[in-house]
Amino acid sequence: MSPKTAVAPAPVASIPSATYSIALAGNPNSGKTTLFNLLTGLNQKVGNYPGVTVDRKSGRLLLEGEASARLLDLPGTYSIYPRSNDEQVVLDVLLNRSSADYPDVVVAVADMSNLERSLLLVSQILDLGLPLVLVLNMADMAKKRGITVDTEQLSRQLGGIPVVVMNARNGQGLQELKQVLSRELQPAATPFYQVLPLAPEAIAEARQYFGCKTYYEAYLLLQHAENLHTMSPLERDQLEALGKLSKLDRPALQITETKARYARIQEVLSTVVQLPDTSSRQSVSARIDAVVTHKIGGYLLFFGVLFLMFQAIFAWATVPMDLIDSLFARLGSLLEGLLPEGVLSRLLIEGVLPGIGGIVIFVPQIALLFMLIALLEESGYMARVVFLMDKLMRKVGLNGRSVVPLISGLACAVPAIMATRGIDHWKDRLITIFVTPFMSCSARLPVYTILIALVVPDERIWGFINLQGIALMGMYLLGFVAAIGSALLMKFIIRAKKGGFLIMELPAYRWPRWGNVLYMVLEKSKVFVFEAGKIILAVSIILWVLASYGPGDRMARAEEAYRTAHADTPELEDELASLRLEHSYAGLLGKTIEPAIAPLGYDWKIGIALFTSFAAREVFVGTMATLYSVGSAADDESTIKSRLQAETNPDTGGPRFTLAVAFSLLVFYAFAMQCTSTVAVVYRETGGWKWPLIQTAYMTGLAYVSALLVYQLLS
Amino acid sequence: MTTLDQLRPGDTRTITNLRSSDLTIKLLEMGLLPGKAVQFNFKAPLGCPISVQISGYSLSLRIDEARLIEVA
Repeated sequence: MSPKTAVAPAPVASIPSATYSIALAGNPNSGKTTLFNLLTGLNQKVGNYPGVTVDRKSGRLLLEGEASARLLDLPGTYSIYPRSNDEQVVLDVLLNRSSADYPDVVVAVADMSNLERSLLLVSQILDLGLPLVLVLNMADMAKKRGITVDTEQLSRQLGGIPVVVMNARNGQGLQELKQVLSRELQPAATPFYQVLPLAPEAIAEARQYFGCKTYYEAYLLLQHAENLHTMSPLERDQLEALGKLSKLDRPALQITETKARYARIQEVLSTVVQLPDTSSRQSVSARIDAVVTHKIGGYLLFFGVLFLMFQAIFAWATVPMDLIDSLFARLGSLLEGLLPEGVLSRLLIEGVLPGIGGIVIFVPQIALLFMLIALLEESGYMARVVFLMDKLMRKVGLNGRSVVPLISGLACAVPAIMATRGIDHWKDRLITIFVTPFMSCSARLPVYTILIALVVPDERIWGFINLQGIALMGMYLLGFVAAIGSALLMKFIIRAKKGGFLIMELPAYRWPRWGNVLYMVLEKSKVFVFEAGKIILAVSIILWVLASYGPGDRMARAEEAYRTAHADTPELEDELASLRLEHSYAGLLGKTIEPAIAPLGYDWKIGIALFTSFAAREVFVGTMATLYSVGSAADDESTIKSRLQAETNPDTGGPRFTLAVAFSLLVFYAFAMQCTSTVAVVYRETGGWKWPLIQTAYMTGLAYVSALLVYQLLS
Repeated sequence: MTTLDQLRPGDTRTITNLRSSDLTIKLLEMGLLPGKAVQFNFKAPLGCPISVQISGYSLSLRIDEARLIEVA
């Protein structure tokens, strides 16, 4: 034999390569996300699982040498039996061998200080016959509590799978995990639990028919026959028939299995884990809880936190926002000087650039708000907010988990509605989605500010209470009241098949990790920029076209006539801009809807602004500036204000913006669904047009009726 | 028959039975197993939900859910 053939390389089938994929599974609060961030760094991507609104986080993991692998962070779950879309994803991924996400190896993350509960899911995944690595995370916590684990013995009891002790918060154990993952891994040698006796014939037959790796995999197919979206209808019928034939009582079997697994887990742990003498010393978390859930102190703290969030949105965020504002204004004038005159340049300067500016300007508020939310979640406080608010929120058809989306709605409804994914009860989630856009988002603030400045005097009563401040606070309260009132209404209209539940872990308090906070801020800001942003940009461009072009030569003729008549007016260009807008398609639309909005006190000019603000509400201010020929001075709020104040109503001879008109507009903007991005995100999150259409009709209807009432009562 | 919702802060009892419901499996999965010791931690200020200590961690449950757990 020649030396060449003698050194034939070993088979490399399961040595990590570009297509090698690792899935991360584990309980919520097991530090899975921290581990994921540690393993992938900034090399991660957040998307959606096809067909469901569940976040799909994946990234690239660098292993030893040149090897790397794809890492998928599965949603946190306590068992393989799903109760929500999130948990269903775990089952779909682990049972569907043809899926691109089907892993070569599963890394199960367990909370080392809470092994009993963690091992339920671990043992279920183990029995699927996939190569498995067990990470005992939070080693620091276990050490503090005096818990020691004999990892060698545990590994033996789990069919020989590798067991790695880690503390993902400081990177302890990372090298060892990477070494283990760089090896060729095998599934457990023996199943943890013998499932076959539960239904011998059906399980054996299903295993043969579907070519399952293990009896447990076949058993899970039988258990979940109707919910496996990844199977063909024929295969599902086959499974259903098998189950019926053997008269499987699925829930009863599930209970038997879970109890039997726990019995085995307790038996294993009794030989593997050394628990300290249970002292009666109160843990730190219990002492913090005594304050945080106190009947007075608890709510005071919560309102303090809310106040901090308001501060963040209104005070701290304005600094970077002003910076972005002036940056885009300067960029606009810079481009104006650089680019040749033409349609494309105008599209860029007047359509695209302000469109992008209108998106970026909200990033500071969104980033700050989500930084605070991330801090609260990381520390464990958010679970206590859910705990404190659950009963109150349930009275109005929401639940404790609705608090975070509602607060997020103060920045932007788009990430807020996506945050409702944490609510596993469909009815509660739907109501939360339905009412969140009533919360006064940041895009409403410029509209409120200008309208309030217009009609509410800048005076103090009793020396310290500013009237304009009260009016602004009133608008925020109005939004909140509308949200709660609508939730109550929905509670009685929507029927739910099953009641909700709140069986929730209260995680131990921990110092937040800045890394995790940073990743969440980046993720949410990205969601806003790309999800809401692309729609805002598209709508801005469409609206720019509508506002810049008119039917036939209407615009040109009107402009020509005006130019000859008023050739010596100093502000000719600004007035011409207003004239062009009047004769554009947008102007035409404004005039068309004038009869419908006249009862609210609006004229066609306000009608145009109602249209253009469909991109985002704050566009209202810019459009008003153009309409009232403020033109070049559009950034100066006091200029817009004085122009608006000077405008007269031809019918009455008095001012156009009376108290009645301004308040009618304020109420309209508080309630109306003037936001295309929100409609789009509701469409996606509810999986159809039904809910976004009902919501838009309801909100706009409520806005119209309320604005009508306000105008008629005040005028 | 005493159920978990009737305990007072600090009380420790043993779970004897889970009343059959949709949530039985969920409760089992969270470690509320017959034979296990469970300690009542505290109630939310409005009386619901409650927090209990089970196999080394804190769990919160609504009163309706705690009512499904018989203790002795």
